Amino acid sequence: MLELTGIHKHYGPVRAVDGITLNVEGGSIHGVLGENGAGKSTLMKVLAGFITADSGLISLDGQNLPLGSTRLSLQSGVGLLHQDPLHCLPLPVLDNFMLGRPESFIVDRGAARVELLELAGRFGFTLDPEAPVRTLTVGERQQLEIIRLLSLGVRVLILDEPTTAISATQRERLFATLRTLASEGMTVLFVSHKLEEVAEICDRVSVLRHGQLIGSAELPTRPEELVEMMFGAMVSPVGRLEVPQGEPVLEVESVSVRHRLVTVEDLSLTVHASEVVGVAGLEGSGQQSLLRVAVGQTVPDSGSVRVGGHDVTGRGYRRHLAHGVHYLPADRLGEGLVEGLTIKEHFALAGDDEQGFILDWDRAARSATDKIGEFSVKGSLQSTPESLSGGNQQRLLLAMMPPEISLLVMEHPTRGLDIESADLVWTKLLARRDQGTAILFASADLDELLRYSDRIVVFFAGRVIAQLDAAGTDGEEIGHLIGGRAKT
Amino acid sequence: MITTSGRHVVLAVVGSVVLAFVLFLASGANPFEAMGLLVQGSIGSPRQLSTTLLVWIPLTLAAASLVITFSAGLWNIGVEGQIVLGAIGATWVARSVGGPGWAVIPLAMIVAVVAGSLWAMLAGVLKLYGGVNEIFGGLGLDFVATGFATYLIIGPWKRDGIASTSGTELFREDVWLPTIGGENVSWVALTLVVLAVIAVVLLMSGTSFGLKLKAVGTNLHSATRLGIPANRYLLVAFALGGSLAGLAGSTQVLGFTHKLVPSVSGGFGFLGILVVLLAGFRPILVAPIAFFFAAITVGTTFLELRIGVDSSVGGVLQGLLVLFVLLSGGWLRRRQAMAGTVPPEPAVPTPSGEVSADPAPAAGGV
Repeated sequence: MLELTGIHKHYGPVRAVDGITLNVEGGSIHGVLGENGAGKSTLMKVLAGFITADSGLISLDGQNLPLGSTRLSLQSGVGLLHQDPLHCLPLPVLDNFMLGRPESFIVDRGAARVELLELAGRFGFTLDPEAPVRTLTVGERQQLEIIRLLSLGVRVLILDEPTTAISATQRERLFATLRTLASEGMTVLFVSHKLEEVAEICDRVSVLRHGQLIGSAELPTRPEELVEMMFGAMVSPVGRLEVPQGEPVLEVESVSVRHRLVTVEDLSLTVHASEVVGVAGLEGSGQQSLLRVAVGQTVPDSGSVRVGGHDVTGRGYRRHLAHGVHYLPADRLGEGLVEGLTIKEHFALAGDDEQGFILDWDRAARSATDKIGEFSVKGSLQSTPESLSGGNQQRLLLAMMPPEISLLVMEHPTRGLDIESADLVWTKLLARRDQGTAILFASADLDELLRYSDRIVVFFAGRVIAQLDAAGTDGEEIGHLIGGRAKT
Repeated sequence: MITTSGRHVVLAVVGSVVLAFVLFLASGANPFEAMGLLVQGSIGSPRQLSTTLLVWIPLTLAAASLVITFSAGLWNIGVEGQIVLGAIGATWVARSVGGPGWAVIPLAMIVAVVAGSLWAMLAGVLKLYGGVNEIFGGLGLDFVATGFATYLIIGPWKRDGIASTSGTELFREDVWLPTIGGENVSWVALTLVVLAVIAVVLLMSGTSFGLKLKAVGTNLHSATRLGIPANRYLLVAFALGGSLAGLAGSTQVLGFTHKLVPSVSGGFGFLGILVVLLAGFRPILVAPIAFFFAAITVGTTFLELRIGVDSSVGGVLQGLLVLFVLLSGGWLRRRQAMAGTVPPEPAVPTPSGEVSADPAPAAGGV
């Protein structure tokens, strides 16, 4: 029995893991489900000693585990299999297999080789001990990592999104291995955001959201129950203001694109002026590809993209900007703001159209003061973005938007924000909509999608499986579609 | 990016003075006498001050060049080679173009600036389009440049009948930079350095170019999202940095050696890195810190003549000073991280999904 008690991990104002208590039976496969940013990875890294928790206890079969050291966690029998296993790429399989063992200075390659082949044989893995790891596929590297962890005497095996980059055959092999291990008494934690995989392999599942444990369920269970736990309570849509829609602003026609192992085929979508289109789907179902194509970050393999009537297919991000496209990324600090530059400097950068070669610092200061007042950013002109909370970072990004935008593309506009910030963000966004801006946003929050969209596009496995009028649908229907099934 | 606050610069200066005392004691000198001689030897007389300024000129230009490329987030170690190319360009003009000195000198400088700039852009092109890290590109081009200079000196530009690495024939005197009084430092070079430093300070603090360059250097992803053509900015940073290094090459040959010598770059490209690190990448601090370093370099030579302490102690002192500044900065950050006010590494856990792991956007910028 693996017991996690009251695990907290905060990063400044961000509560990555917010008081999670979870028990996992030995000899079972336990799914950990949640959207990106739900706290799954952080929790698992705490468990494996990669991250030191702020508070909390972990015990295995009644014994407290040492925290904050991967070496000690491994010695206690907890091993984490990364999505992309951390290997020394130029070294051969055998050398990687032997890494991390508490062994004498002289290594016995012969014995290790025998052990490697024996373990590999048991699970039907074919691994050449002398092949450099860089020549292996990700799936083979996972196999190597699994038997390496087994040889170290692991009793708890954590797999973090293990199927993201492996083939279907390798997936079947992996699942068979996990079932064998569990039947032999191994505790397996299977972290994923893919409902169908969790349903296929796990005995029990726990769902995380916003760093908290929302609930656990025995499998099999109804998928919609899990969707509801992942995406939040399904409220009925609030009354929306009907804004007359204008001309088409974004026209995506028959686009096929491959990005990060997700292939999107024959995607067509039109977004009109003053229209809000929400994009729903499990992470990695193709929403990201649509947004990237819309802003020119990814060049489609076929099909065309038009912005405001201009053909911008394959013309690049800056050309899209020139046509009034604006993009607010999910990773605000990594892709939106510049660490180390002050708020005033951000406005001098963003207000570029008005600023000449010689910077007018007074003007930058004036516009920064006006804007951070208008968007209630809690910070001064000299604050740097890394010192702001997530909500204030998002408000700052909104405040920096140019005055004329024809199409605004966003990922998770309110992820990690408290209700007050989220409301303010949408008030500002809808004000833009009223001025004629078309809004295309992806969100993992059904409530947000239903509340603010005019139309909801649902992705499943790289395809748009539905385009729904938001007024005529409800959370239940969308939940079904997200899980890949039409409402029966 | 490393930043230095006043507090730990003071801490570092005190630390290295203490270490200098220990160093002098260890080499059998009286530390107080040695310190006095250090000051006397560097700024104690017009002759000494003039010698210090001779070192200050190329060092300041090299450091100013590095401020630009470091701000762009580039680990540019190709300044040595750019100085050499500048020197070669100036030498070529000085040797082959006739006419009055007042016309040849500016022409030589312009050619030097262009040569240094092109050489730097070569490192930039290698980085942006060839996938060669600027550290390796710069280092490789340094060696190529020095080799090229040596070839010219013992080959096409050798002195009549003698092929020696001691240098080419002296330039005719009317292309020598005019000096101040009877000293050997040139007012032309000094003026140019002051102008260059002012230009870099203004460029980095008062122009949209400088601000965008800083954004590119700090966060390439965000800068690209803001619509800044990152590749173009990086190339221009290389070109501007190279032009200052090329200028340093021309003042070296026209104002100091009066001929092309293999060691014309004098290590200033590397010493300049220490100056910039100590300045915390702030252009305003480059000139005074470069002066301090020049004084140590010249002063310790004097020390060797007077009390027999080897002048290499100067390099040791300069290196220790920089290490102390970086160390005290790192130590302060670590202490803040322990106190929990600043997370040691990522401020926010990066989502493991598609968004955070985007490939670098630099490829599409130009």
